[in-house]
Amino acid sequence: MKARFILFSVPLILFVVMAYFLATGLEHDPKELPSMQLHNAVPPFELTSVDDPSQIITQADFKGPALINLWATWCPSCRIEHPVLNQLAKAGITIYGIDHTDERQAAQAYLKLHGNPYALNVFDEEGELGLDMGITGAPETFLIDAEGIVRCHHVGIVDEKAWRDVLWPVWLDVGGFDPTKSQSGATQ
Amino acid sequence: MIPEIGHFAVIIAWVVAMVQAVVPLVGAQQRSFRLMSIARPAAYTQFLFLTISFFALSYSFATNDFTVKYVANHSNSYLPIYYKLSAVWGGHEGSLLLWAWVLGAWTAAVARYSQALPITMIARVLGIMGLIATGFYAFLILTSNPFERYLPHFPVDGNDLNPLLQDFGLIVHPPMLYMGYVGFSVAFAFAVAGLLSGQLDSAWARWSRPWTTIAWCFLTVGIALGSWWAYYELGWGGWWFWDPVENASLMPWLAGTALMHSLAVTEKRGVFKAWTVLLAILAFSLSLLGTFLVRSGVLTSVHAFASDPSRGYFILALLSIVVGSSLMIFAFRAQVLKRESNYQLVSREVSLLGNNLLLIFATGVVLTGTLFPIVMDVFDLGKVSIGAPYFNMYFVPASIAMLFLMGIGPLMNWKKFRVAQLAKPSVIIGIASVVLSALFLVLSGWEFRWVVAVAVTSVFWLVLFSMWDMYNKMSNAKAGLWAGFQRLSLSYRGMLLAHLGVAMTVLGVALVANYDVERDVRLNSGESVNIGGYDFVFNGVKEIQGPNYNATQGDVEVILDGKSVTRLYPEKRIYFVQRNVMTEAAIYPGLFKDLYVALGEPIGDGSWAVRIYYKPFMRWVWLGSLVMSLGGVVAMCDRRYRMKIKQRLMSGNTAVASGD
Repeated sequence: MKARFILFSVPLILFVVMAYFLATGLEHDPKELPSMQLHNAVPPFELTSVDDPSQIITQADFKGPALINLWATWCPSCRIEHPVLNQLAKAGITIYGIDHTDERQAAQAYLKLHGNPYALNVFDEEGELGLDMGITGAPETFLIDAEGIVRCHHVGIVDEKAWRDVLWPVWLDVGGFDPTKSQSGATQ
Repeated sequence: MIPEIGHFAVIIAWVVAMVQAVVPLVGAQQRSFRLMSIARPAAYTQFLFLTISFFALSYSFATNDFTVKYVANHSNSYLPIYYKLSAVWGGHEGSLLLWAWVLGAWTAAVARYSQALPITMIARVLGIMGLIATGFYAFLILTSNPFERYLPHFPVDGNDLNPLLQDFGLIVHPPMLYMGYVGFSVAFAFAVAGLLSGQLDSAWARWSRPWTTIAWCFLTVGIALGSWWAYYELGWGGWWFWDPVENASLMPWLAGTALMHSLAVTEKRGVFKAWTVLLAILAFSLSLLGTFLVRSGVLTSVHAFASDPSRGYFILALLSIVVGSSLMIFAFRAQVLKRESNYQLVSREVSLLGNNLLLIFATGVVLTGTLFPIVMDVFDLGKVSIGAPYFNMYFVPASIAMLFLMGIGPLMNWKKFRVAQLAKPSVIIGIASVVLSALFLVLSGWEFRWVVAVAVTSVFWLVLFSMWDMYNKMSNAKAGLWAGFQRLSLSYRGMLLAHLGVAMTVLGVALVANYDVERDVRLNSGESVNIGGYDFVFNGVKEIQGPNYNATQGDVEVILDGKSVTRLYPEKRIYFVQRNVMTEAAIYPGLFKDLYVALGEPIGDGSWAVRIYYKPFMRWVWLGSLVMSLGGVVAMCDRRYRMKIKQRLMSGNTAVASGD
């Protein structure tokens, strides 16, 4: 009887071993490798500006604290968040744009029509930079600190709620400029 | 409002599933008829509420309710209505809802078609299915709620369904696959209920058999549909990639195939009980493992589903509870099982065991190949991916050995068999197979390859042996062959049909894998290329407009011996919303070959890169699968599964009085 019990426990033991590997495997996300992780610097790139094809922008031009917003004219959700970005830019928050797999003329026309919240706007025609940043779609927004390290990665629309609940606390944490205190800040 | 009704309905179904799990199991332990009789109504109720929930989500898709996050992420107002409805299972949350709904459907079906079963058995079976449902619905509600809203700021239009999934294949492939996957939960529930009650006899095997077979049929069709879909939709002309997600569906299929055959032995001879129970647990565990692999993002795959570790941990916990506890019950209870008859080394029992071992070996190969990258990753040995050569190395010999056994197995008698009886037919059929296969390969004009020669020979071996066995069984009847055929049981005919299907699939795989021709050519308008004896004339491209995409459509005329065979229109589509470029291949299907044209990139001066394939016997791979499932359906219709076996069971030691 004992021998049979040991024999019949073999499947259980095999399963436990397998479950261990699956559990540890979960911590190793295979998709994480090529993609950008939090607390890393913006990957190096050298791309032109949306507004001016002769202007070269590199990662060194992204000076934090700032938002990096990945957008495109073909992305309907980007239109939804665009007014919010305009508001943030008006309040004095630096936003860098990455125009993802887009057409330059369409992008220029779009910004003319809807307003341009971007301090710099990188024209990422092939989408390479977006992939290096580990995006899964558009729009996505990153927050970098003064050292250019990504501190927050928000997938989806930046609406007032996302700004208030997700980005704003990190923004304050990295010592970002606080538009609500701009008056008192000026007097100090 | 409607999404909230749907959400609420899932929660009710969850609560009912808990009731269905706890009350009948307690009732079965306490021999309380009143508690056990809750099982059936509970099963119907949870199915009803899941159906309501499923309709609610479908309604949200149909009416473009983009306040629902899942709808906004997987649909768009331009999407045609049939894709809107199939987009319900186009993403993670919705496909889990489909999974849950299918589980509800199987549960209700068991409740409905188990009138002949003793109430303790049905209470345990439905109770165990309720436990599985409880876990799964919790996963659905807590981590993957498809009814979550985007409020108050919702998008004006949806993000669209992935263009890859905007296809007839997506409409039918996931439901069929899930019917198969989840269908094994019935065999699993029967196995665990049998272990709990100690009743694992031939009656138990007879109840399990039709359920296992029908689930297997669905899974077979589901896998074939997936392969067919990948073939024409991905535009690479491939039909099996040994991709982790494909492997995830192949493993339960292999284990389920072994289970079907092992159940036959347990039903007829009352032996291999522990093995059969283990296979039932294994088949469903591998279904769950497949769900885990696909849904947790632990592996990368061409299917590229969103990964989310919290979901991964949840489903791993679920997997561990279901599989771990059932294997624990197995360890404690299987040792008391007793065989009811004896058999000798050469017998049908052992032949079927051989088939089982081959199938489980194949399952192990796939499992190892699928999990090896994870193990490597855990030990930080780098990311590896195991490719087709590894799988082919094991699958080719295993399949050929299987065909060999499938040929002679049905001739063998139960209990004992004299090998000498096989000597004469083996020699005759062996020679005939070699001759026929040589003839076939010479007539086809293909270059000689050993692996093809062996594969084709073993296909003929199986077909000839099956025909010979059928002829012998038919000619026993005095009233002639037709009367003899009518006397063959449906399960025997189904078996032969399914084996024929296997032969067809193996033949197709062997030929298309060895003799397909793939050419990437550069063609200007008016130029042509000859591939596989056919002239492909490129007549340029034009722009066309679809409901939610623009496309560049090529025009390729296929000419054989100066006569036009067909015109093919491969497309490159750009979908409006996600801006993905999709290659839409044009295929001229035929029973003996497929011609396949896909449009590549423009290369300036008006010429295009065009990819052309000539694929011999491609259709046989999938037709064979259909024949296999048809065989399963025929076998399942056998009269003896419908017989009222209640009376006989009532006298058994485990049956309890059904009235109190």
